[in-house]
Amino acid sequence: MLSTGSDTIQELTVEELRAKVGTGMEIANEEEHLLLSMGPQHPSTHGVLRLLVELDGETVVNLAPDIGFLHTGIEKSMESKTFTKALVMTDRMDYLSPMSNNLGYILAVEKLIGIEAPPRAQAIRVILAELQRVASHLVWLGTHALDLAAMSVFLYCFREREYILDLFEMVSGQRMMVSYFRPGGVWRDLPEEFIPAVRHFLDFFPARLADYEALLTNNPIFLNRAKGVGIISRDDAVSLGLTGPSLRASGVQWDIRKTQPYSGYEQYEFDVPVRTDGDVYSRYQCRIEEFHQSLRILQQALDKLPDGPVNASDRKYVPPPRAELGRSMEAVIHHFKLWTEGFKAPEGFVYQSVESPRGEFACYLRGDGGSKPARVHFRAPSYVNLASLPKMAKNLFMADLVAIIGSIDIVLGEIDR
Amino acid sequence: MTPGQIAIRALIVGFIVTFAFITGFAYTTLLERKVLGRLQHRVGPNRAGYIPLPTRGGKERKLLGGILQPAADAVKLFFKEDITPGKVDLVIYNLAPMLAVIPAILILAVIPLAGKVPWLVPDPYQYFAVAPGVNVGVLFILAITSIGVYGVVLAGWASNSKYAVLGGIRASAQMISYELAMGLSVLIPIMLADSMDMGGIVAAQKNGWFVFLQPIAAFIFSIAVMAELQRAPFDLLEAEQELSAGFNVEYGGMRFGMFFMAEYMKMASLSAIAATLFFGGYRGPFVDQVPLLGFVYISIKIIIGLLLMIWIRASFPRLRYDQLMSFGWKVLLPVSVANFVVMAIVLVLQAEGVFQPLVSAILEFIGG
Repeated sequence: MLSTGSDTIQELTVEELRAKVGTGMEIANEEEHLLLSMGPQHPSTHGVLRLLVELDGETVVNLAPDIGFLHTGIEKSMESKTFTKALVMTDRMDYLSPMSNNLGYILAVEKLIGIEAPPRAQAIRVILAELQRVASHLVWLGTHALDLAAMSVFLYCFREREYILDLFEMVSGQRMMVSYFRPGGVWRDLPEEFIPAVRHFLDFFPARLADYEALLTNNPIFLNRAKGVGIISRDDAVSLGLTGPSLRASGVQWDIRKTQPYSGYEQYEFDVPVRTDGDVYSRYQCRIEEFHQSLRILQQALDKLPDGPVNASDRKYVPPPRAELGRSMEAVIHHFKLWTEGFKAPEGFVYQSVESPRGEFACYLRGDGGSKPARVHFRAPSYVNLASLPKMAKNLFMADLVAIIGSIDIVLGEIDR
Repeated sequence: MTPGQIAIRALIVGFIVTFAFITGFAYTTLLERKVLGRLQHRVGPNRAGYIPLPTRGGKERKLLGGILQPAADAVKLFFKEDITPGKVDLVIYNLAPMLAVIPAILILAVIPLAGKVPWLVPDPYQYFAVAPGVNVGVLFILAITSIGVYGVVLAGWASNSKYAVLGGIRASAQMISYELAMGLSVLIPIMLADSMDMGGIVAAQKNGWFVFLQPIAAFIFSIAVMAELQRAPFDLLEAEQELSAGFNVEYGGMRFGMFFMAEYMKMASLSAIAATLFFGGYRGPFVDQVPLLGFVYISIKIIIGLLLMIWIRASFPRLRYDQLMSFGWKVLLPVSVANFVVMAIVLVLQAEGVFQPLVSAILEFIGG
């Protein structure tokens, strides 16, 4: 425990704070400024982010994020599981978009072992990944609005997200930790009631979205809070490695779905929304527009969802269906091998990126010939995007800091992994 | 009446009115939670206390679900361990919640709650209030509401916590900047009624509420009241998302409850003041024949005020500190000054009898 004899408001000396924080933040004026430790328990740091803030009155002079409070050792744990079983760990990283994480990891595994999912499975992946994008953006919209104290939007957004989580439960049996995509395809085919349920969602959701926009988009208080706040220039955004809506709001047209298409994204028509101001409001507009684009993709994917198998036929990698086990000895052997030892992957490494709701989510995967990954590393978009926070928030008000954290949409589970 | 009789009457009436309002405060919290819940597609508290109805169609039905929630909240707050953080300034820390609550209750003294009810209102007075006939009632209200800010600022300072200090500083700045606009908009009803007595202002609205004569002043007053109350969208000093709880972050148990109480009682009493100044107070249909109806009308007007505040809280994001200040100083204050000056000129012209000829001359000029 730290103890000081001083009775002033500022209990810790700067040295103590610095030693404790270890962020190496520069402190401009030790005498007169207020050093505030914001988090890890704080309502608007979206989890357990801790910020060391140097305040001059209410103005943020310096700022350093302090991460690691949610470190769970996911990457290391995955090395002790077979390729298929390691999948469940990816759900728990970015817990707001498990489908996207699954997709990034599974595509890397498929690339490493050299198999490809059949067309129907790929279309299913697109449908679920886009539903996931909508669900994740709903949480972003809700929490972002809540950060600015528009509390009703938060509850409305969660109502719609519930619907999507119900859809996930329909296909995978789980609301959040879905683990639905598997190497070579998906867990099971879509249930009958799924397609009508998604169509129903496509019917009612645009009107709901219009309602949220009515509460925020042209609200003068919201405009005051969002416009011209937390600006990051195009060059800074690129050099900091920002991705996703935060990058596109600064005027860079970069979307992995367009630049390096995967899972058949090249078959669908959609636009990549770009804004040029790079402020909180641009990021808001980009994400709102992405709702509409995701709905467009969903509509197309549902319309031309192909028939056929949902799993690759290569029994060395894909477990046989249950029905085959009773008839074929070979199937029993494959089943046993795949669920005990798992499949062996060749030596070598792959790198696969997908466009997660937060930005470029990528998986680096190295195989050493065994049935477990030798090394897994994830490029977590939240982690990289968070690095832009000090630049965005400098010399703004503390209230703006909260708005900016909301606008870059971080998930701490993904940052700390 | 002798001074002794006046004192005893005020004591008894004050006791009753205070307790009525404290109960009202408890149910204001329930009202807020229920209405907010409905606005946000939630149910709100519905477990503590209900009247079971016979089941229909296998469905369990409840009447007045959550009716005892305020009691449950109060019990919880009273029985919580009363923690005093180690490095607080003890005297001020304990004083601050009281300083917040007492003004909130004191405001009630001059608000007219009904007309001349037989038996309840002794002879020289024309209306029912705890302290009827205070001829500087409006001034009293302005003075007392400004004391309330001391509770908040001192709580922030005495807590010896960074978030609390930031909240306290915000409170003082906010209150000072909105007090001016509020004071200037309060002057309008005073001028219109030619009286600083709250009863006189109500009586002057016999032929029309002042909100119709002066919607601008009523509007400014409503905004300033929201800021004065620290209600959303002006709840900067307890901005949960920025300062976690602001000035009351180090308070727990009933001491925290007292800040809560101050806020909700002020909501009710400032709604009553707004009703009195601009919306005809206790006046309404047939109030002259049946003076007791005054209690009903003022209650309805207070509840409408409360519902408006809850609705606004559900809809709007929060302003930023500097935007709040610039809105107060650069928009509200000039508008209310201009409004005041124009109103004063018009009233003087009317009193001098030059208003009508002037208007007809202008009309003639335009027409000709």
